[in-house]
Amino acid sequence: MSLLSVKNLTIRFGGLLAVNDFNLEIGEQELYGLIGPNGAGKTTVFNMLTGVYTPTGGSITFDGERIDGIKPYNITAKHIARTFQNIRLFGNLTVLQNVMMGYDYQAKSGLFSSIIRTPKQIKEEEKMHEDAMKLLTIFHMEDLAEEKAKNLPYGQQRRLEIARALAANPKLLLLDEPAAGMNPQETAELTELIRWIRDEFKISILLIEHDMKLVMNVCEKITVLSFGQLLAAGKPEEIRNNPRVIEAYLGKRGA
Amino acid sequence: MKETYKKYIKVVIGLIVAYAVFQILFQTGMINSYYNRIIRQIGIFLISALGLNLILGFTGQFTLGHAAFMSIGAYTSAILTRNFGVPFLLALIAAAFTAAVLAIIIGYPILRLTGDYLAICTLGFGEIVKVFIQNVDYLGGARGISGIENKSGFTVIFVLAALCFAIIMNLIHHSSKGRAILSVKEDEIAAQAMGINTTKYKIIAFAIGCGMAGLAGGLFAHFSQFIDPKSFDFSKSFELMTYVVLGGMGSLSGTVIGTSILIALPEWLRGLSDVVKEYRMLIYAIMLVSMMLFRPQGIMGTKEITVAGLKNFFGKIKRIFRSSSTSVNKGKEA
Repeated sequence: MSLLSVKNLTIRFGGLLAVNDFNLEIGEQELYGLIGPNGAGKTTVFNMLTGVYTPTGGSITFDGERIDGIKPYNITAKHIARTFQNIRLFGNLTVLQNVMMGYDYQAKSGLFSSIIRTPKQIKEEEKMHEDAMKLLTIFHMEDLAEEKAKNLPYGQQRRLEIARALAANPKLLLLDEPAAGMNPQETAELTELIRWIRDEFKISILLIEHDMKLVMNVCEKITVLSFGQLLAAGKPEEIRNNPRVIEAYLGKRGA
Repeated sequence: MKETYKKYIKVVIGLIVAYAVFQILFQTGMINSYYNRIIRQIGIFLISALGLNLILGFTGQFTLGHAAFMSIGAYTSAILTRNFGVPFLLALIAAAFTAAVLAIIIGYPILRLTGDYLAICTLGFGEIVKVFIQNVDYLGGARGISGIENKSGFTVIFVLAALCFAIIMNLIHHSSKGRAILSVKEDEIAAQAMGINTTKYKIIAFAIGCGMAGLAGGLFAHFSQFIDPKSFDFSKSFELMTYVVLGGMGSLSGTVIGTSILIALPEWLRGLSDVVKEYRMLIYAIMLVSMMLFRPQGIMGTKEITVAGLKNFFGKIKRIFRSSSTSVNKGKEA
């Protein structure tokens, strides 16, 4: 059974049909790409998956549970984490705090025990600190733990955002244009990172990307979206040679 | 975990020593009753300002109605002790509790607003509270309530201020709830994506902060022995805000410094020559304006005074002295 199953997903903004009859199936530990020309509705799909928008039709089933229409912070609790197209870190907090934020919704200590600091709460906090440091070490960022997030270079900020999302213990990680603004070398590193994350954390990853090279390299399956419509879905080779996809990106030949 | 408790024991010992020093100074008369009164006043407004810093500095919610919650606390406790003979401490708890509950009730709808809208809403709430009290005879109307017992001694204020400081410190700097509150200020959308119910945390912070305002109000009523609606109008809210902003939004030790300076300074200037006395509020204003021009993040920014930080600071000064003295020596040798 697939991990995420999207059926006939539709959203209207007034008279505008932003996404129409969209279908998507992502299996366990799959690397999935969602591509399409600008304005095709990719981010809108993301926003529906993460609860920012409520779809006007269709269903989203994740891990056997309907998740369409529930609040963003509850989606995270269902083990879906995301990154943002324009990086949204907590800039004035340290790198370590940013990662610990991923664990926070899983914390068991209540408000009162946080204020008086019960032994249990202190232990929990220490455990979170430890886990966050471990995660940072995996990302080779342990030396930057006490640095403010906004002072990191761009590429590191992207990595930190991914680390923070992983701290939220997802089964499905959504990456919104992770290679935006990266140079070719950084993109190559990112390709490695994405693959490695899938193998290390045993999770599925859905990524939206403009960088064709990255998508074709990394993804095992691709869905193409154009003007809110599902255009094609399949393996990278199939997509590469699909005439409808070529038309959507480059226009009709000799019209 | 042991380290955490060791640290707490040190903090408690430090507080006891500070308390003892103050008491000795009071008893021997080195601090006279006039200064004693100013110190108590600082303590009371510090409690309120700490609460405001939680809302404004840590959660990033722009509220202009903080004094209204002080008045709610002040009236609650004054009525309880004066008309019902409730013990002072119990009345204080009731004051904080009432303010916090009201904060939750009005916070639930208005904390969905942000920025200017929230500011206007809280400003409006402050005015409503003021007009309401003015028009209710039971609360003394515009005449206010007089003849409240003088019960806010130094000990009570000191203990409660330390307690409020500790509550915010523990909450913000050592807990997942605190990080959630900080994340609301940083980026609400990202916070929600990390599984944080931002509205809930805004209300929590608002309730705790306003509860502290209520507590401070209760102390104030039993300190000035007279309260009227005008003691807590919106210029008081602004005053509280200047304490927080001058000290540094998001710094608790900054709030202590800001409150102390801004309450003590006008009093200190009053004692100087006649010219200064005449223009003291002008000096006060100029200080605030230049502060905003040259150090907009406030005295402490978002940093806290820590033992390690102080050591570092004095170490630097020492080094500067040493290097200057060695350079003098070198000069002599040459």
